[in-house]
Amino acid sequence: MTKPTYVIETRGLTKSYGSNQVLNGIDIKVERGTMLALLGPNGAGKTTTVRILSTLLPYDSGTVTVEGHDVRTQADQVRGVIGLTGQSAAVDELLTGRENLEMMGRLYRLTSASAKTRAQELLEEFDLIEAAERPAKTYSGGMRRRLDLAVSLIATPPIIFLDEPTTGLDPRSRIAMWDIIKKLMAGGTTILLTTQYLEEADQLADRIIVIDGGKVIAEGTAGELKSKVGKDRLELSFRNASALKSAENILGSRVADTDAKEFSATIVIEDINADVKSILDDLGAAKVELVAMTVHKPTLDDVFLSLTGKQKITQEPTEGKEA
Amino acid sequence: MAAPLVFDKRPRWVLVLLDSVVMVKRSSTHIVRNTDQLLGTFFQPIMFLVLFAAVFGGAISKTLPPGVSYLNFLLAGILVQTLAFGSTTTAIAIANDLQKGIVDRFRSLPMANLAVLNGHVISDLLRNGISTIVMITTGLLLGFRSSASVGDWLLVVAILLLFTLAFSWLGAIMGTVAKSVEGVQWLSFVIVFPLTFASSAFVPTEGMSKYLKIFAENQPLTHIIEAVRALILQRPIGNHGWLAVAWCVGTIIVAMPIASWLFRRKTAN
Repeated sequence: MTKPTYVIETRGLTKSYGSNQVLNGIDIKVERGTMLALLGPNGAGKTTTVRILSTLLPYDSGTVTVEGHDVRTQADQVRGVIGLTGQSAAVDELLTGRENLEMMGRLYRLTSASAKTRAQELLEEFDLIEAAERPAKTYSGGMRRRLDLAVSLIATPPIIFLDEPTTGLDPRSRIAMWDIIKKLMAGGTTILLTTQYLEEADQLADRIIVIDGGKVIAEGTAGELKSKVGKDRLELSFRNASALKSAENILGSRVADTDAKEFSATIVIEDINADVKSILDDLGAAKVELVAMTVHKPTLDDVFLSLTGKQKITQEPTEGKEA
Repeated sequence: MAAPLVFDKRPRWVLVLLDSVVMVKRSSTHIVRNTDQLLGTFFQPIMFLVLFAAVFGGAISKTLPPGVSYLNFLLAGILVQTLAFGSTTTAIAIANDLQKGIVDRFRSLPMANLAVLNGHVISDLLRNGISTIVMITTGLLLGFRSSASVGDWLLVVAILLLFTLAFSWLGAIMGTVAKSVEGVQWLSFVIVFPLTFASSAFVPTEGMSKYLKIFAENQPLTHIIEAVRALILQRPIGNHGWLAVAWCVGTIIVAMPIASWLFRRKTAN
């Protein structure tokens, strides 16, 4: 069989629950060995999309293929090539980490010996060896997610769906999870990740699709999206009003905004290294002292503010026709 | 990198059967690990047997046929009652699986999904087997005696096995239908409690009011209890034997596909 260009592909995918239209024509294409991030707020339709792609949920119209198999008519073939890590860690709480892995290995139709070997490998790889013989209910949130991901990798599927793999994790566990995901990508796995965090999509994904209200509202690389959203902003705080005033005089038109109550100024920066250095140099030369300095990266809120705002202006007429 | 994966290449029906074996192993491990439930498995039958024998024994023994002690009369009833309540555990286990994400995980695998139900139902035979042994042992310690032959005991075991399977499949339906684990508990309580008490489990039906008596004498649990009782006490079994088997087999034939269908439907949304 010749392998399709796009490992995961949906065209005009729609899904509704009664009168509630959850997906409103989603087009997704994921190339082999790349990661696509589906970025969107709660209720955008991310999980619904993943559930449809992983054969768990029927859809209304459109076409959905995974590795060339139709998810509706060739569900078994699809299940043979995918791994799914859901939002709530789907591990068996009463079984130990090792038992969970061995059980899933058997259900993936590995031989008993092969399932055992693979379980051991994954326990080592995911830093779960010490907890291997403890029931999963005793695991911390981060360990549980790692086990959950390990379980979905038991038969080394070439395609992985990660549905909000780090939601609710503390920063350290999140970074540990990112490292694991990066290793997977380095191994050539094709990944579809859903997330609410722009930073996560930025860190991991080759391409990002932003969805909201069941529609794709933007698509591109992290850089492309960010340039649409806006630039990094530097916020400078001063001791008093006169210091702020001097700073304004020195920095001139570079100041985008000031807050007289907080004695702070906001500056839009293009290049974090060069711009910050020149600002600090200028302030230093005039002996204006800073109290605090923060860099604000565009957040998901900014993305949505910017994208949904734009959508209203440019797409209102077409939306009206569709309705 | 890692050792290459070796897939089981046996025919599909073998693999489907193995899925159920894997799930039975899982559910059986749950029985052993779930210590609260395990305590129930051990102590509930003991408690019921001791309480009923002690509280009702004196009052009821006068209405029993001559030569039959209340404990000997009661054991069949308590056995069936405990097994009927045991089906709640199947229901809870299935409701639990459905509530948590684990069923989604199973469904994203190339496995036979109904193995999940098979696993719970079959491992329940194990748990109920433990309960039954505990009950009979307790009965023997309290003075229960039976002159039944090994063959008759095997018949008792066969009837109880069929009965447990039938009720576990009913439990599977309840577990699939209920919206929460608490809901399961209520649902099964409302169904199992009247069925076991409005029967000949604890008292002979002679003393019941007219309509209750008609119900109690003709409902399936009474046939099952009477069949087991007749075998244990070496009394004529009458129609109870085949009616008990017919009810159990009939329930299994009806409940199994319904539970499977409901489970498929529930997990598809």
